[in-house]
Formats: sequence, structure tokens, C-alpha cells
Amino acid sequence: MLMGGQAALFGVLIGRMYYLQVVESDQYAVLADENRIQIRLLPPVRGRIVDRFGEELANSKQNLRVLMIPEAAGNVERVLAALRRAIPIAEHDERRILREVRRKRKFLPVTVAENLSWEQFAAVNLHSPDLPGVQPDIGETRGYPMGEAFAHLIGYVAPVAEADLTGEPLLELPGFRIGKNGVERLQDIALRGKAGSSRVEVNALGRTIRELSRDDGQRGADVALTVDATLQRFAAERLDGESASAVVMDVHTGDLLTLLSVPGYDPAAFNTGLTQRAWQELVSNPLAPLVSKSIAGQYPPGSTFKMMTALAGLDAGVVTPDTRLPCTGSIELGPIEFHCWKRKPGHGALRMAEALEQSCDCYFYELARRVGPDRIAAICHKFGLGHSHQLGLPGERPGLIPTRQWKQTAQGQPWTPGDSFNAGIGQGFVLSTPLQLCVMAARIANGGLAVRPRLLLDIGGEAMALPPAPALGVNPAQLKIVQDGMFRVVNGDFGTAKRSRIAQAGWAFAGKTGSSQVRRISKQERTGRMRKNEEKPWIERDHALFVGYAPYEAPRYAVAVLVEHGGSGSGAAAPVARDIMMECLKRDPSRRGPGERSA
Amino acid sequence: MALDLGRVRRSLSTRDGDLTFGQRILGFRWLMLLLLAALVAIGVATLYSAGRGSFSPWADRQLLRFGVGLTALVVVALTDFRIWLRFAYAIYGVGLLLLVAVETIGTTAMGAQRWLDLGPVNIQPSELMKIAMVLALARYFHGLTLEAVARPHYLIPPLLMVFAPAILVMKQPDLGTALTLVLGGGAMFYLAGVRMWKFALVIAGALAAMPFLWERLRDYQKRRILMFLNPESDPLGAGYHIIQSKIALGSGGIFGKGFMQGTQSHLNFLPEKQTDFIFTMLAEEWGMVGGVFLLLLYAAVLGYGFALAVRIRHQFGRLVAMGIVNIMFIYVFVNIGMVMGVLPVVGIPLPLISYGGSAMLTLMAGFGLLIGAYIHREAPLGT
Repeated sequence: MLMGGQAALFGVLIGRMYYLQVVESDQYAVLADENRIQIRLLPPVRGRIVDRFGEELANSKQNLRVLMIPEAAGNVERVLAALRRAIPIAEHDERRILREVRRKRKFLPVTVAENLSWEQFAAVNLHSPDLPGVQPDIGETRGYPMGEAFAHLIGYVAPVAEADLTGEPLLELPGFRIGKNGVERLQDIALRGKAGSSRVEVNALGRTIRELSRDDGQRGADVALTVDATLQRFAAERLDGESASAVVMDVHTGDLLTLLSVPGYDPAAFNTGLTQRAWQELVSNPLAPLVSKSIAGQYPPGSTFKMMTALAGLDAGVVTPDTRLPCTGSIELGPIEFHCWKRKPGHGALRMAEALEQSCDCYFYELARRVGPDRIAAICHKFGLGHSHQLGLPGERPGLIPTRQWKQTAQGQPWTPGDSFNAGIGQGFVLSTPLQLCVMAARIANGGLAVRPRLLLDIGGEAMALPPAPALGVNPAQLKIVQDGMFRVVNGDFGTAKRSRIAQAGWAFAGKTGSSQVRRISKQERTGRMRKNEEKPWIERDHALFVGYAPYEAPRYAVAVLVEHGGSGSGAAAPVARDIMMECLKRDPSRRGPGERSA
Repeated sequence: MALDLGRVRRSLSTRDGDLTFGQRILGFRWLMLLLLAALVAIGVATLYSAGRGSFSPWADRQLLRFGVGLTALVVVALTDFRIWLRFAYAIYGVGLLLLVAVETIGTTAMGAQRWLDLGPVNIQPSELMKIAMVLALARYFHGLTLEAVARPHYLIPPLLMVFAPAILVMKQPDLGTALTLVLGGGAMFYLAGVRMWKFALVIAGALAAMPFLWERLRDYQKRRILMFLNPESDPLGAGYHIIQSKIALGSGGIFGKGFMQGTQSHLNFLPEKQTDFIFTMLAEEWGMVGGVFLLLLYAAVLGYGFALAVRIRHQFGRLVAMGIVNIMFIYVFVNIGMVMGVLPVVGIPLPLISYGGSAMLTLMAGFGLLIGAYIHREAPLGT
């Protein structure tokens, strides 16, 4: 009987075995696989950003670093002490390491040091027999070989913030970085590539035993920009020390050859996270290194705006090119006196081209009074002022071209003749970005074609479409008057920028200076002696502007330069614009295909 | 207690007397040894796999222990069986003393005080106790008539013989071995002719004592029992063993993942794969086919053991032999039931397969007794 009972109990065991191993087997097989197989994401290599000739603006470079597996290290503090003989480990780094060691599981690597030099890296390798658990490792960090001059254009990458999470698992990888500004952000998806994955077998402690299969993913696409890095660097050097912007554009294709804002900052510093102090310095710097002045800086265009007033006047028929408008140094409008930059006795009676050449304010006060703000605004929009060009870069701003209705809506007050006077010379409410001014110059230069600024040349080898530039519907004869005026600015005997002439045959430079007031001139200053710019504190000096294009006979490039508080357009902006233009003509970047270097 | 030399001499020429060495060899049941060796071979192969295809650290030492166990088996089997009758109580007494010694000077392993450090070898007196208890109970019932067995007060000494060591073992604490002792002892009572209703009485008493016993259990023991009732309630804690064991078994399927291919065991999801959960590993790699084969092998050992036992003419030998078979059965059933989630997790090895020396030695010596009893099945033992 005992035997029978025992046999029955064995039967129970076999029945249970049948249940587990046959009936429920599939379910348990799945559970066993879930136990042992983990899918690990392999972050793709981020694509490069290159200039139009393939020169690297952003790359992914090796990050020589040292990891430590606490479990293998045993006594972490002793290993760190030994490691100090090879590389410096700061006090606060040691605290961070010990904190991570406590938090993480013991077999997961902790980063001890990053961005080491080859010498330091080699030293760690040399000492490695005495350093249990220490793993020299080659990771990847974003490098910006061109440095500060491209900081605003290229942007930077930084660790993923909570708000960036989209559910895409790649973003949740520790240490993964995404584009946070500039082209890095604009083309983040293309640059990012596709994550690969690796199916690995792990044991009960989560340690990898072997790789079962691997999908390498797809590395990020290289993004080629229209800029000429050499030209932009030249412009940056030329504007070194200033708070300024320079934009150079191909007047036919719209290719932006330079989109510069100075001063810049080190984009690589954002890779690893900025220290509080470095951040404070950037934020409190009066030269505003974090602002991309080319697209986000809105300035009164000053006299560079006068071409718009002129074209509006001709278009409206309120003047002919030969109409002479008088200048006695000032115009009285009720109690207010509007001054010309040239005091009494003024310019006398000038025709349009001459008024542009000498930048006579009185001429344009009167012209603006006759034509009114709405017709000026219409011309401005044709030439690219007052609206965003949608480069896609973060921070691009639309500027402001005032109309009667705008003032009524925004200020609750009707338009006054004084507003027209101010608008006529690009002051008052008018605001524009250096990019917009460059587009304006380009559209004047190319004979009134709606060329649009273009930043991307190709993505992953696929060329961006070049949309045709339709005609703006501007009377060519009228445009010619303005072009002539701009030619005289640089080349005329009375030209405000005659010192910035380009003498080389066939490279004739045309342009317009501008000095825009940053504050209202006080009555006391009016009645008393006008202070010269050099006498004012930096922050009160006029912004210096220049827009221009060359060669005059067969235009190819337009340029806009703005120097914040530079004093005068002719003194601070025009020479820089001339130098940049000469460099540009010398390099002639539009005439060479990608990959070709300048001779 | 001196040997009656006259009787010994008288029985020399008869089948009832002393056996010559040759007679003993002839009576030796080689088939039993073969079956046991087959079990050990399966165990060594599984340990070889558990060691990731290496004889160290387990398989080689297990083989060594089998060598020692084999020697013990042969020596015990060939010993004159009457000696065991004479020294049954003495052996039991030594076992009990050792258990007390463990309580006071024993070394602790894995939260339980089970081991006695005797210089080069550690022994686990609770293992020895299983044999000693079988011997002592067999000795006690050997002298009793059925009428005496029917009298309740005659059952008090054997009950003490069971519960004294069981309580000592439980204090170590080793619930599994205590359970084995009680179940093994109970089966002996049944074999000795104790009526079923008396068992019912004892079981009812035990159930009544449950709340009291529950209080005495260690936390981890309570947790194991609760966990057995609902293993999924704490998948990373105490229920982890059972869940992972069931996953390993289930994913093995009918034909298994193949020798040395068990993912659950090789990736350490399966705890204690070389000791208590070795059956899981075997069934993961060999599937249900392997598991059933092993059970059939055990059934063969047990059945053959019974077959030998019933042919023993004296009560003492028969009880010893059946007691050994019962102990073996309890080991197998509790262990396999445990790894399959039928019984709570108690620390009981799979006999002759699990890595471990004491259990191997106990069982080999036990089967030595069984074969010895069979060899001397006709010996007159008196009362």
C-alpha cells in the first residue's frame, strides 16, 4: 500500500511536469527569453556639418575617456588614488564618482574622466595593470573645429532635457545629445541618423554574456551649408572685438556665404554642460555673445533704408529722379525740428541719386512725407524687410516695417508726419535684421528678383532644390536710379563711403552707409553742441551699418555689416564691408564647385 | 549483551548463521549498485553542465564523494547485519549527541547551523540522524508483537525517538530535514503495524499545534510557506526561486534545450542550480523526457528496494530496508515537488544528484544497510 501511495505521488510529479513542460511550455519559453535577451540601442554616429567646400564645421570626434567598473575595482578610493598618478582628478569629480558608484549597480561603468589628451590616455593604459576595474574607452563627442565664429550658425548639442522627450527611445540613452541651437537643431533629425540595436544575452545580474544579433543602424547624414567657412572666418577676424554682424549672400542663388555674429562662444562648452560661472559670464556680457545678431538682432536700419524710401517715391510718382528737394540742414515740423546729419547750411537742393550719395536726411524727410508709410512698407516687403525669411534657425526675427494701421493697432495712436520723417530715414519704428538688409541689397543688385536666402546646400549628398527667383515687379529704370545712387555712395566725389572704394577693375563696389541712433537726441543736446560719437559712452553711440554689392556692372555678391555702437556707417561698417567683399570676390565662392579650394 | 558464541558456531553451517565472505558477495545485489551509480552519473553530468562544461568546481568533487560513498556502501553491506541490531540505539545516541553538539559548537552556513567541523571534514549530523532514526525505530519495533504495537503507551518511546531529533533539527533551523525525519518516522510506524486512525490522531494534533509552531518558525521559513502559496506576489524577492524554476522547467519543453544549453541555469537566473534546484536544470536541458526518465530511474531504485525488503525474514532488517527506501522517496518527492511549485521551498537535496557530501554518504550508507539486510535476510536476530 505504501508503494502504491508513492507511485501515485510520482504520478502527481509527472503530471505537474506535463503541465509545466508541455501545456504551459510556450508561455514559459517566452518568459525565459524575456529573462535573457535585452535589446540595447546603439546610438548612431552624428553626421557632420560642412561648408560649401566640404570643410568641417561640426564633426564627431573621439572622446578619450576613462571608465571604472566599481565591482572590478574593489576599493574605489584606492584605485582613484592610483589613477591620480596618470591623470588629474579634481576634488569635485571624485565626489561625483563616489556618488555615482553608490547609486549605480556595481557592474555598470562610471565615467571617471573625459576628453583626455592622448598623453593622459596613454598614461592610463600604461598604468592599467595596477588599476583594477579601470577601462580606457574611446567615446564620441561633438567637435567644432571652426570655433566661436560659427557658434550661432552651427549651434551646439547638449544632453536631452525632459521637455525634448518624444517617446523615441534613442533620446533616453544616457549621454545622448541632441541639437539645441543653430543648424544642429534645424537639421537634428537628419544629423542624428537611425539608431541601431543589439540583441544581447544577459545573465541574472544584467551582465552581458554575448551579442546575439546586431543592426548597426544608420549614421547621421552630413549636412552641407552654403557658407564659405574661410570667408566667414575672415569676416570674424575683421570684426574681432566688436559686437557686430556680417552677412554675405549670392545675389542670384541666395546662398548665404557668411552669416556671422560676433562675439561668439565656444559651442563645445555646451557639450559637457556649462559651469554656472561660465553661463553667467555669457549672459551678462554687454556684447551679447549668445545672441545671433544676424538674424535675431533687430536694429533701426538708418540710412541704409533710404533706397526703400527712394523706390517708394519713384513708384508712387511723387518725385522723378530729377526732382530736387531742398536741404537747409533741418526741417521744422510744428514745434519739432528735424535735422540733417549735415548741419547748416545743409546740402542744398539735391536730386535722388545725389541725395543717396550724400545721404541727405532732409531729402528723405520730404520724400517720406509725400509718399507716406504704407507705400514705403509695400516696397520694403518686396525687398525682404519686415518679415522672417524662415531660415529655420532658432531666434530669427521679422523686424518691423510700420504702417498707419500698425501704429493704430499697436500704439493706439494715429500716424503723424513726424513718424513719416523718421521712417523715411530708417529710424523711429523701423527695425530690420542684418540678414534682411543683405537680402534687400541682393534684390536691388540682381535687378529686382525675389532671391531668397538659402543656408542648406545638400543633406546627405542630396542637393537642395534651388527655387527660381521671380521678378518683384519693380520698374528697372527706377531701380537703376537707386543702383546709381549706391554706386555714388562709394565711388562719387561726395560719397559717404568713398574711402571704402574698391579700385580693382571690374570689382566696383556699390552700397549705402547707415548710422542709426539708439536713443532719442535730447533737446539740450540739440540746442547745445552735438557730442561726437567718440565722446559718448559706448552704449550710447550710434550703430554703424553698411549694405552693398559688387561688382557693380555684373553683381554677384551682396553684403551687410552692422557694428553695434560702432559710431558711423562710413567709419566703422563700410571699410569692413569693403574688405569682406574684396575677400569674397577674390575667393569667388559661387564660381567654384564643392570640394574645390581657392588657389 | 555478549555474543552467544555457541549459537554463532551452531549457525555457521546453516543459512541462518554467520555468512562467509563469499556468501556475502554472492548475496550482494549488484543491480541496486548499478541503479545508484546511474543516478550518480546523471548527477555528475548535470553538475558538469552547471560548471559550464567543467568538472570543477562540482562534478569532480561529487565523483570523489561517490567513491567514498561507494566504499561506505560496500563496507556497511558486507558487515554482519547483527552488529547493526546491537548498536542501533548506540548509533542513535551518538546521532542525538552530535545534533546537540551542532546546536552548541556548529558552524553556520547560509543562515542555518547544520555543520559540525571535524578538522578535515564537515559533517551534517542531521543527515546521519536519518539513518540512525531508522535503525533505532526498527530496533524498537523489532522486539514488539503486534499486540504490543496496538497499545498506545508502547508508541511513546518511538514517538520521542522521532520528535527529539526532529525538534533539534528544526532549531538549526532546517525545516526540510525535520520534515523528512517526521515523514520517514511516520512511515516506519505504519510499516510496524500502527493503525491508520492513530496517524489521523497525530495529524490532527499536529494541525492543532500549527499556530504555536507558526510562531516558532523563522521569518524566512514563514516567508517561504507564504511564498509557496502565492509565488508571484514578490517576483524579485522570496518568490524569485520558484518563478525562475518554473520558467526554466516550462521553457525546457518536451525535449529540452539540450545538454549545456539551459539558458535559465547558465545565465544564473536559476538559483542553487547545483544543489536544491538541480532537477530544474536537468529538466530544462533534457526536457520532460529527461525528467520522466530520472523519475523512472528513482522508481526503479525504490521498487527494487521494496522487492528486496519484502524478502527479508526478520522484522528489523525489513523495517530498516523499507525505512531507507522511504527516506529516499521523501527526498525525491519533496525536492521535485518543491522545484515544480507543488510544495514549499524547503532545503532538501535531490538524492545522489545534488551536489553535497553528507546526503550522498547518508544514502549510500543507507543502501548499504538495505543490501546488507538483504544479504543477511535469513539471519536469526532474536528479539
